[in-house]
Amino acid sequence: MNMITPRTEAELADCIAGAQRPMQVVGGGTRSVGTTGGVVLTSRGLSGISLYEPGSLTLVAQAGTPLAEIEAALSTEGQRLPFEPMDHRGLLSNTGEPTIGGVFAANVSGPRRIQVGAARDFLLGVRFVDGTGRILKNGGRVMKNVTGYDLVKLMAGSKGRLGVISEVAFKVLPLPEVMVTLVIKGLDDMAAVRALSQALGSPFEVSGAAHWPGQGTFLRIEGFAGSVAYRAGKLREMLGGEIEEGAQRWAGIRDVAPFHGVAGDIWRLSVKPSDAPEIVARSGAQEALYDWGGGLIWLRTAPGTDLRGRIAAFQRHATLLRADAETLARLPVEQPEPPAVATLSAGIRAKFDPRGIFVTHTDVPQATLS
Amino acid sequence: MEMPTPNPAILAKKPRLVERLLRVLPQDAVIHLEAETRAYECDALTAYRCPPMVAVLPSTTQEVSDILHICHEMGVPVVPRGSGTSLAGGALPTADCLILGVARMNAVLETDYDNRFIKVQSGRTNLSVTGAVQENDFFYAPDPSSQLACSIAGNIAMNSGGAHCLKYGVTTNNLMGVTMVLMDGTVVEIGGAHLDAGGLDLLGVICGSEGQLGVVTEATLRILRKPEGARPVLMGFDSNEVAGACVSDIIKAGVLPVAIEFMDRPCIRATEAFAKAGYPDCEALLIVEVEGSNSEIDEQLEKIIAIARRHNPVELRESKSADESARIWLGRKSAFGAMGQINDYMCLDGTIPVSQLPYVLRRIGEMSKEYGLDVGNVFHAGDGNMHPLILFDANKPGDLELCEAMGADILKLCVEVGGCLTGEHGVGIEKRDLMVDQFAPDDLDIQMAVKDVFDPQWLLNPAKVFPLAASDARRAA
Repeated sequence: MNMITPRTEAELADCIAGAQRPMQVVGGGTRSVGTTGGVVLTSRGLSGISLYEPGSLTLVAQAGTPLAEIEAALSTEGQRLPFEPMDHRGLLSNTGEPTIGGVFAANVSGPRRIQVGAARDFLLGVRFVDGTGRILKNGGRVMKNVTGYDLVKLMAGSKGRLGVISEVAFKVLPLPEVMVTLVIKGLDDMAAVRALSQALGSPFEVSGAAHWPGQGTFLRIEGFAGSVAYRAGKLREMLGGEIEEGAQRWAGIRDVAPFHGVAGDIWRLSVKPSDAPEIVARSGAQEALYDWGGGLIWLRTAPGTDLRGRIAAFQRHATLLRADAETLARLPVEQPEPPAVATLSAGIRAKFDPRGIFVTHTDVPQATLS
Repeated sequence: MEMPTPNPAILAKKPRLVERLLRVLPQDAVIHLEAETRAYECDALTAYRCPPMVAVLPSTTQEVSDILHICHEMGVPVVPRGSGTSLAGGALPTADCLILGVARMNAVLETDYDNRFIKVQSGRTNLSVTGAVQENDFFYAPDPSSQLACSIAGNIAMNSGGAHCLKYGVTTNNLMGVTMVLMDGTVVEIGGAHLDAGGLDLLGVICGSEGQLGVVTEATLRILRKPEGARPVLMGFDSNEVAGACVSDIIKAGVLPVAIEFMDRPCIRATEAFAKAGYPDCEALLIVEVEGSNSEIDEQLEKIIAIARRHNPVELRESKSADESARIWLGRKSAFGAMGQINDYMCLDGTIPVSQLPYVLRRIGEMSKEYGLDVGNVFHAGDGNMHPLILFDANKPGDLELCEAMGADILKLCVEVGGCLTGEHGVGIEKRDLMVDQFAPDDLDIQMAVKDVFDPQWLLNPAKVFPLAASDARRAA
């Protein structure tokens, strides 16, 4: 594999401006679903925290900075990444070092997404290089910014299709004083999602709402000690269950631990929470995990299952996250967009990358042409 | 403020345009007599006015699609309008444009408490979205101060914020989906009742695009359960620096107030004279509000007050009742009115890193002396969103221009310290020509390239956001 690792933003720009062949853009490469088999361009050579102001809750870092380095810096100040990005390595059996640029480029959020928002909601500014080699910036490092179009949101989740992010500025939040988990046992999927909905529709501010069939239904409550005790107590009055100190089990939910090392295709579905139990029932999945109060479903299906066909009646967004090469060649990774939306997306891609330099494994046919 | 010269060829199409519009719209939805189009000559940036050629008030997405289809075919520029409360001139017409007002589209289409969203037509006012769900103790979080009048369409166009966005985020963080009509009449659905679809985040770039990418006709919005209660604490300090440091310490301590509001001495004095809220006569005043049950509020206020005491406050007043809360908020809520009593004023909206607050306030004080214009500062300190109010006399020749020049200098200062020109009001025409101070030509070009995709002929709200010189070639094409 031919890997290009620029060390500076200027080097990155030069290498894109001079590129003669399409490239697959990665950070640490830990979230890649497939590969083009061609040239890989990584931002991991651009590394380091350039500014951290705990009192302003902001951090600016080069895109290739290891996530672990960011988290270490934050923890010394008692802060954290609020959107709780999942680690894809266990699920995808990938190795390598996740980067902060990769987290934002893939808009990776964990259980706390339902309370505080997604990665994209915390990204304040980006610097990136487009497909012609221009160094561009958008947003900044302030909390509120409506100056011009919000290309920060567009770059978040663009997965290397619009440009190579070289620097990110983002908002962080303080660690809570206390975390507890309300564990409710014995609910079927329907009752579980109903309970999660009740909790999320209460004034008691839940920071995680998941259902792991066979294990239990979980609500996470965080904050100052007195407030946590009060809210957890109120939720227990409403829904029953037992209060467990700490939040250890949430890393497993975040990273979809039950599916690690187990054979089968893995799908990630974003749905209307109340539809979730029926979608799971119709999916024929071998195993399911509900997060985001039912709004996020992880499914493990028999290899080659066309899940989208089975649940066509529901409004949902289904991503095929893990499958063998034969299935990936047949089923699109991303949910196909309606034609008018697909035209807009393709139009934007053509503006940011007129030469078609940035390819993902989904674009393999073009990539192999050159 | 320069606007493009009206195109005589487009003005000549007016009779034909009106005739075609009347075929797809009821008669009372097409406003074309000069006496009547005047009602749409400006928004809340009233210094600039120009009646449009025609105004239309559609009731459905289909009608919006028909209107845009006609304008697209005839090459007529379209300026979308919510309630016309923009402080930045976002809905300012040109003489050769059609104003597309969504005010009649104000229905609630779906309310879903289990899944915590509401779907509304975009002309519905911000406050009436909360009005539709409050009997079940839910609310829609973004709360711009014009929320009684401003529409969701305008909120989406400007990505509006409000006093409570420190905790709940701005419009983009609470918007789940839109139905939008493109300039050629195509209707697109983006997002919906589910979160974070894959693909490119088109919703993210539509929000805040100031009506330049399409006309949003319906919106799916996140609604939240109301907290059990809320109470503020008021604190006075003898310098802006100390107040700024206190803000930073509160944020660092892990308390997440819903609002941290800041007023400086000129503003405190003006509001005291006007509203008599009993504020202390000091250099800087903070109002910090927290939410939760009574005991949770006590817990948080105790922590905040402990932090404040370390900064030697000259006044510390914790609310214990609804009555006391109202009195603490009284002055802050009348601040703009109080400043308006003294003189005309221009309200800026630059945002800066919170750490730069003391420096920027000091520099604004110096500029005030240099220009000979009084400035009061009242703003959302928690997120660094400044609102300097520059006082001037509209009847004194040259004063408006002087005030605009000082405003530009303050905004450039915001950019210089790592901030931006506008935190929640939008660029519109007001800050259009300052965009070059924040962005390099390529940074503007890539933004304009997005508009090229949605509106290749640049017919939608064309003379806004980007400096005319920068967008000239595209608008002329």
